[in-house]
Amino acid sequence: MSQEFLLEVSRLGKDFAPVAFARGPVVRAVQDVSFNIKRGEVVGLVGESGSGKTTIGRMVAQLIEPTSGSIRFEGSETTSLTRRELRSLHARVQYIFQDPFASLSPRMTIGEILAEGLDIQRVGSRSERAAKAAQALASVDLPPDAISRYPHEFSGGQRQRIGIARALTLAPELIVADEPVSALDVSIQAQIVNLLRDLQMRLGLTMLFIAHDLAVVEYVADTVIVLYLGRIMEMAPSRELYASPQHPYTRALLSAVPSPDPSRHANRQILKGDIPSPANPPSGCVFRTRCPVAIEACAGVVPPLREGTKGHFKACIRDDLG
Amino acid sequence: MSAQPILEISGLKTVFRIGDREIVAVRDLSLAVATGETVALVGESGSGKSVTSLSIMGLLPRGVGRIAAGTIRLKRKTGEVVELQTIGGDTLRRVRGNDIGIVFQEPLTSLNPVFTIGEQIAEPIRIHMGKSHREALSDAIQRLEDVGIPDPHRRARQYPHELSGGMRQRATIAMALACNPTLLIADEPTTALDVTIQAQILDLLGRLQKERGMGMLFVTHNLGVVAEIADRVAVMYAGSLVETGSVARVFSHPRHPYTKGLMRSVPQLGTATLLREAGTPLPTIAGSVPSLMDLPSGCPFAPRCPYRIEACSEAYPALADAGEGQFSRCIRWQEI
Repeated sequence: MSQEFLLEVSRLGKDFAPVAFARGPVVRAVQDVSFNIKRGEVVGLVGESGSGKTTIGRMVAQLIEPTSGSIRFEGSETTSLTRRELRSLHARVQYIFQDPFASLSPRMTIGEILAEGLDIQRVGSRSERAAKAAQALASVDLPPDAISRYPHEFSGGQRQRIGIARALTLAPELIVADEPVSALDVSIQAQIVNLLRDLQMRLGLTMLFIAHDLAVVEYVADTVIVLYLGRIMEMAPSRELYASPQHPYTRALLSAVPSPDPSRHANRQILKGDIPSPANPPSGCVFRTRCPVAIEACAGVVPPLREGTKGHFKACIRDDLG
Repeated sequence: MSAQPILEISGLKTVFRIGDREIVAVRDLSLAVATGETVALVGESGSGKSVTSLSIMGLLPRGVGRIAAGTIRLKRKTGEVVELQTIGGDTLRRVRGNDIGIVFQEPLTSLNPVFTIGEQIAEPIRIHMGKSHREALSDAIQRLEDVGIPDPHRRARQYPHELSGGMRQRATIAMALACNPTLLIADEPTTALDVTIQAQILDLLGRLQKERGMGMLFVTHNLGVVAEIADRVAVMYAGSLVETGSVARVFSHPRHPYTKGLMRSVPQLGTATLLREAGTPLPTIAGSVPSLMDLPSGCPFAPRCPYRIEACSEAYPALADAGEGQFSRCIRWQEI
């Protein structure tokens, strides 16, 4: 139990082969990704489409298998588990999905949805499971009578609360939250973000928080990892990353976020071009085709992720820019 | 309000028939867009912002949605003023795509997969401007260049699936602008895009709007996008326009509790760290958006409103003039 890190991800990679009978290249969804999460820490994964953030989340939760690399949970390797071991790991790592409409079965009552994980894990007696489900429901501020109702009777925000309650019933050590607020209306997002933050602090949860909304991640995460085309561009404590982003991609990304504060519009930096296809990523640095400060050398080598100031890593060879 | 409105909506009421009931999706909406001006229509789901834009375009689902009251006046390129809610069929088709350009949220569904990009942009040019195939196609290539698509000759021969999301949205913008419309309606045009691509498209739309002096009605749920692109903003909630005014005014001094709550509940880059470290929860609006089937009596925002008093549930509030072109549908606007 005295492991420094709850989760250690090392040189993780995931390739997706074309589906049967289809032609086409292998998609390199995630390449050479390494990071650690301490107990009680919230790590934010941010990036645009094709950045690999969801693929990483799914591998961490053992929903898909990595192509290469290792994922260690409390020091034990999780990439080569038997079914039985995998089942017990699933009780300790839970997933919150983006779409509160698609992720709850319309034919199950909320009580059945909440108890399903407990049933599978054979936790306690039937009445103990019901008590746990009721407790989880209360922790997300839903009324007790919700237990016998069906998902369609709830609004999007309430359904996401149910999704969170389901992830909590097994008292997991790690929660992977994949875009938990991006399908919700603006006025509901803040409620759910507050709930997650409150639960995280109260229960001492460790969380991998995946989102494309940079401001939400800033509010939730202790450490932020910026991904682009399957690779880590920059990784730093949240405060540092937002105050002094070091990688040209992070700078451009932060500058692209539209702000209701008109004074922030002054020095907008607009990246040229499109995000390349992960089936055919550029050589060397994957960001170089859109990078405003790319030089010839950027095409030659994949820039290693190096530590600058303590805990602040970037994958960029342009150290001369300050 | 500036000189000559291109679009003038007055007292619009749009209803939908659901089973044997009629629900009011847009209620008593008045709004004008002038030449060279961008007006943002902002709101959450069910606020009526998209229904408003569908009402203007005459694209309400037939037999289900209809305009029950009000007028929508459009000043055409010819200077003629038409009332869109009364014209139908042929006249409406002559207006759409010609005087009004339209950009939708999802470029993949608004482009036809079996025609090339060039053919699709050339089509309205042939129909509305009476040009030949060859002329229209060369115009189409020019439009592609206008919207910043590199290598437009090659792109014009490609099909929608061969373009990236950002390029497709540029192509739909080129199509919307094909006949030099005086009004552009953009309904969540950047919502499906990544943030760095969104920045490109916003920049492009802003530039085109200025160059051409078009009026633009920009529908969005994102307050940051509103501040980025619009001169004036109209905030909608549960079918009602609750506040309107210049973006600068409304964003710095909101006079409606909903606008104020919405602004505060969106975490801001750069300040979120401070809130987190101080352990402060994000400000929220309690409760959830009401169903249009079951709207509260009086002010639709009253059940969630921290300023609620008894009078709020008694009568539907009127739009109060808060000065300097700002209006608020709140009886306590002076205290906000």
